Amino acid sequence: MSRSTPLRDVHESLGATLTDFAGWLMPLRYGSESAEHNAVRQAAGLFDLSHMGEIFLTGPQAGEALDYALVGHLSAMGHGRARYTMLVDERGRVLDDLIVYRLGDEEFMVVANAANAEKVAEELKNRAKAYDVRVEDRSDQYALIAIQGPRSQEILATLTDADLASLKYYTITPGRVDGREALIARTGYTGEDGFELIIANDDAVPLWNALTAAGEPHGLKPAGLSSRDTLRLEAGMPLYGNELSAELTPFDAGMGRVVKFDKPGDFVGRTALEAVKDDPPRRRLTGLVARGRRVPRHGYPVTKDGAVVGEVTSGAPSQTLGKPIALAYIDAGVDTEGLAVDIRGKQEPVDVVELPFYRRNK
Amino acid sequence: MSNIPDDLSYTKEHEWISGLEDGLVATIGITAFAAEALGDVVYVQLPEVGSTIEAGDSVGEVESTKSVSEIYTPVGGEVVEVNQALVDDPSLANSDPYGEGWMFKVRAEGDADDLLSAEEYAALTSGES
Repeated sequence: MSRSTPLRDVHESLGATLTDFAGWLMPLRYGSESAEHNAVRQAAGLFDLSHMGEIFLTGPQAGEALDYALVGHLSAMGHGRARYTMLVDERGRVLDDLIVYRLGDEEFMVVANAANAEKVAEELKNRAKAYDVRVEDRSDQYALIAIQGPRSQEILATLTDADLASLKYYTITPGRVDGREALIARTGYTGEDGFELIIANDDAVPLWNALTAAGEPHGLKPAGLSSRDTLRLEAGMPLYGNELSAELTPFDAGMGRVVKFDKPGDFVGRTALEAVKDDPPRRRLTGLVARGRRVPRHGYPVTKDGAVVGEVTSGAPSQTLGKPIALAYIDAGVDTEGLAVDIRGKQEPVDVVELPFYRRNK
Repeated sequence: MSNIPDDLSYTKEHEWISGLEDGLVATIGITAFAAEALGDVVYVQLPEVGSTIEAGDSVGEVESTKSVSEIYTPVGGEVVEVNQALVDDPSLANSDPYGEGWMFKVRAEGDADDLLSAEEYAALTSGES
């Protein structure tokens, strides 16, 4: 039986197609997913992300505990800052990718993927044992609503006194939205400007309604997981379970920059990652654009002259490019001219492009 | 509840077929239920005009943002026409699946595979939705 977010009734009343995602019943789309995608690129979209995990670390050694538990240098973050980082195992394999927010001197919030949230909370508790810090999984207490798209600031500003104009990308501030206490983060997973609001469960429905009312005149639409996936793919952002997995290190995924070897002290995975950090990569995460209209999808082989040279990790029709796009791991050293994706038995030509597929005008 | 016109026949694979009763040319498409389940259709591949197909064959495919599914023909025969407007604008499969979103026409030969009435198809899809 799937878990429901506090917004389930709202989704149903909007006619959403609901789907099981990581054990949660979530809106896949409300109407046309292409229209939702375009609304986020051109105006704004409203997402229920309450399935994501929120784990709080509080105490004098919260920063040091995170430095040991994660690959990043979190104790060096300034107040109100956010950072993208990863949790790896002793072998350096990625257990989840995370955003860590510093809420105060002695308080951090870790936002984890829904599928991994319990594992992340458990690992953080275990890894923090030697430190003076309390680790608390508060995922059940909080809802997360994201407003994403170029009109987001304008819309949110009508409901809050928080100084959004000076809230930079990858920062967070406490504030009131529609009179309700919220953590307002300028983060997202769409390649657009936008905000993520962490709020008490009971405030989710009234806040959703207030954002909808404030946003509709600006073209805001509710947006489901289907458009979230195509938006993040166009932005070249990895998805755990597709581009990232417990089989790969951050270096395998081309994301070795998140590993901060120069931070003080040991951290889980340090030895294993130091041993591989200078290895030439075996495969490279690569952006592909299909020449035809058939869509390369997760798990399809990438071929060259009939031989398999890689595998698609994510693929979708791109609204913005008007063509199918894909991320794929391709063997190092393969000449990327003349690649194809084996789409159900037929070799469909693809071109390699620089990532991301889409970059917003700032 | 999806729209299921009474005057069409249906397959378990969520195609509709019309025009069988005259034994002349049958028209085939996918149902509103199928289109809704797929989401926005972005690409439709149809059989070639002039090709001969057999009942039960996979003769094309429908791609949406999230998934792809095959089109099975419930009857065999010669493909006499395909809907080029649908190829050019696949969203017709969502907006008008029983009308402008039709897929192909077959000069039917032999018996059709097990077809369902509108009532039977409604019962099938109410169990799946």
